[in-house]
Amino acid sequence: MEYVLMIIGCIFVNNIVLAQFLGICPFLGVSNKINTSFGMGVAVIFVMTLATLVTSLIQNYVLIPMDLTFLKTITFILVIAALVQMVEIVLKKTSPSLYQALGIFLPLITTNCAVLGVAIAVTEKAGFTILDSVVYTAATAIGFTLAIVIFAGLREQMDLVKIPKGMQGVPISLITAGILAMAFMGFSNLVPSF
Amino acid sequence: MSKVRILTKGLLKENPTLVLILGMCPSLAVTTSAMNGLGMGLATTFVLLMSNLLISSLKNFIPDSVRIPAFIVIIATFVSIVDLLMQSYLPALSDSLGLFIKLIVVNCIVLGRAEAFASKNSVFDSMLDGLGMGLGFTLSLTLIGIIRELLGSGAIFGHTLISGDGILIFVLAPGAFIVLGFLIALVRYLQRKKN
Repeated sequence: MEYVLMIIGCIFVNNIVLAQFLGICPFLGVSNKINTSFGMGVAVIFVMTLATLVTSLIQNYVLIPMDLTFLKTITFILVIAALVQMVEIVLKKTSPSLYQALGIFLPLITTNCAVLGVAIAVTEKAGFTILDSVVYTAATAIGFTLAIVIFAGLREQMDLVKIPKGMQGVPISLITAGILAMAFMGFSNLVPSF
Repeated sequence: MSKVRILTKGLLKENPTLVLILGMCPSLAVTTSAMNGLGMGLATTFVLLMSNLLISSLKNFIPDSVRIPAFIVIIATFVSIVDLLMQSYLPALSDSLGLFIKLIVVNCIVLGRAEAFASKNSVFDSMLDGLGMGLGFTLSLTLIGIIRELLGSGAIFGHTLISGDGILIFVLAPGAFIVLGFLIALVRYLQRKKN
């Protein structure tokens, strides 16, 4: 039951893009078409969950016992960058079809602040076990996918209407995202916060 | 390019947030008040200045094939320094900026300047560039912070100007997107008028 509440909270109430402002770059950059944004979303779910699993293991079994937590930022970013490279190489060898679908999104994910952001955030939550962290991250990543797919749908519709010149591109996208964030605010207080 | 141009181009003409559309996450997340925007901007400026300084002085020693990981380690070092300094000397500001101080590591402005400028130019020029870009970022973050704080709570830097309840939505998440959207539209309008 607790996990159900946590998952709903991460997807709808504390949506990573619309409430926490992480991962705005891919949210604005890769949201022209529903198909590509869904591909990006799946790649993010995969990498983010794996990254948090590895970084929480490192945090619990290397950094805390050796009293090196001040190296957290450096360690995590290097681990994530290396992990993304490894995932890319492994996918290329083992599953070319999946690589075809996700390949172009993988290099972009290293610079996605959502991956590092969530990996650090879960280490700062009191009493989170490794399983808690992984569930939290997976749900957060699903929230990212939901937001980017809805947003891509809105932008596809927006291509059909006439927009004043100065507002075209980024400005109207940001304002649309603002209205979408307002809609997501309707979910607030749905579940207790984590 | 003259030294003055290198320093000032980041402020308006190539403003990282409003013209180049880089570093969106902190621009949206921490600008709930003018003070937070200013604090975040100055922290980023420090990282930009120091990482540009170090990267441009090491540019002949870093092999080309591993330059990006090397840049990231250098940047992450300075981010950790800022983070620890702020935690001990400015605990209140550090609390309200939270995660976003650590996330300067993945701010595209910092890595972008390292790759596009510091790895090709002299130490002094790179410092000017880092300082200029950092101040441009600070300027736009403070501006967004001022607008959101004024509309949301009727105050600027904590001094009440308009009494009564503000429009709360501008302090919350949707307000950030909307204010930044209109600001970028305004900048584009002014640019087009000038040309």
